[in-house]
Amino acid sequence: MTATEVTLRGVTKVFPANADGRVVHALGPIDAEIKKGEFFAVVGPSGCGKSTLLELIAGLTAPTEGAVEFEGRVIEKNVPEGVGVVFQEDACFPWLNVRENVEFGLRRQNIRAEEKARRAAAVIDMMGLHDFARSYPAQLSGGMRQRVCIARTIVAEPRLILLDEPFGALDQQTRLLMGDEMLRVWRETGATVFLITHALDEAAMLADRIAVMSARPGKVIDLVQTGWPRERDSRIVERENFGAMTSRLWKTLREESLKTMGRAGSGA
Amino acid sequence: MSRLRLYQIMVIAGFILLLEVLCFTGVIDKVTMPPPHIIVRDFISMLLAGRYFGEIGKSLANVLAAFASAYVVGVVVGTVLHSYRTARDILDPLFATYYAIPVFAFYPLFIVMFGLGDGPQVLIGFLLAVVAVIVTMLNGLDRVPLVLKKTAQVSGLNALQTAVRVTLPFCAPYLLTAAKLALAYAFIGVIGSEFIMARSGMGYEISYAYTNFDNATMYPLILLILLLSIAANSLLSHWERVLLARRGQM
Repeated sequence: MTATEVTLRGVTKVFPANADGRVVHALGPIDAEIKKGEFFAVVGPSGCGKSTLLELIAGLTAPTEGAVEFEGRVIEKNVPEGVGVVFQEDACFPWLNVRENVEFGLRRQNIRAEEKARRAAAVIDMMGLHDFARSYPAQLSGGMRQRVCIARTIVAEPRLILLDEPFGALDQQTRLLMGDEMLRVWRETGATVFLITHALDEAAMLADRIAVMSARPGKVIDLVQTGWPRERDSRIVERENFGAMTSRLWKTLREESLKTMGRAGSGA
Repeated sequence: MSRLRLYQIMVIAGFILLLEVLCFTGVIDKVTMPPPHIIVRDFISMLLAGRYFGEIGKSLANVLAAFASAYVVGVVVGTVLHSYRTARDILDPLFATYYAIPVFAFYPLFIVMFGLGDGPQVLIGFLLAVVAVIVTMLNGLDRVPLVLKKTAQVSGLNALQTAVRVTLPFCAPYLLTAAKLALAYAFIGVIGSEFIMARSGMGYEISYAYTNFDNATMYPLILLILLLSIAANSLLSHWERVLLARRGQM
């Protein structure tokens, strides 16, 4: 786990003047390196540019200044091959059933229909959706739909999986179980995972390293190494030092969150 | 059969029965309208005799031409216009007030331009239908979630592939609504035009029968138009319901 998968060099994002005539400096400058096979999480106050950072790494938007590299190559305007994204919103295609949704993830790959079906079936099994392969998204729960989206992403065997608050809309129990699923996928695929989340416990449970971002314009103000073993699941929250981990994150983040609310420096 | 469907059938049956009673009691005199069972009898004998098949075929061909051209042009223009915000902003007021324009008033002009053939009738059907398709298409495209477009981008789809694989399938219920509207407007445009100045077609035959007090022809033809438009609309509505149910929207 030494090679670098993603490098951010002086990355800044400034959105041009909107209807109010205001230029928004959303992000940066940010310098960071994400190692190959690492589970890297980013936490930060609302509006600090977390999702913008993910979109920059995905190639969905271009930086105003600086450069983002994936496997040593600068990401230009397109999403690089080998990158998969799971969004917070329900991104299932409502007109396709589960199997067809998952097979959609293989559109970029020039493989035969039988191979597509085989790989989709394997991932559907892996995500526990075997009995729902012919179901349409409307017939599934929110957690199951998100599993379909994860399946659609991992079926393409991406080397970098970007997760944009993927469990944000789910209840607490489902989030913990989905976290377990994600850790299992991470271990089994060997992919690098980049997670954006607003939930400190989620970041502390899942990640090897956690970057804490400042209020807008978002910059990395702390980098926390969790030191968890690779073989882990949601029961890690029972560890004595888990609380200390989330406390440290909150200590850094509290002041930034207050800034976002316009109340910097208040409280004990 | 659902209770709702039963009530719907009962309402229609009740209306027909009311007409029968009104005709039977003389509230509606026979010169104005024959009883419904006589209309059905005349309708069946008209079909069995093969009368007006040429007129019916000509009108339906014109309706189909107006519908198909309006639908294809409407979908393409709607899709292209959705990508060009400024052009859409310029045209939006026209779309909003379009149906205040009496298209039929231009019929004489169209005859001067296109002659006495089927062209003006198809053009009026097209003009009535096309804007409904464009507006419905824009409405559907406005509702495509951004996350689905991003998913298409992540999957490496270009603009055309995104339109074909993502945005148009998402808009399928809107496409069906557009088809229903286009068909209704095409019928109105073509049959209405035939009433005014044409020398053939179902609209002309109805108009001719009306001026000659030929109820045995006029009412069966009206019934045929009703049945055709209801059948086509029901088919599209059924398809729409299947799509919406699959998406959990019903």
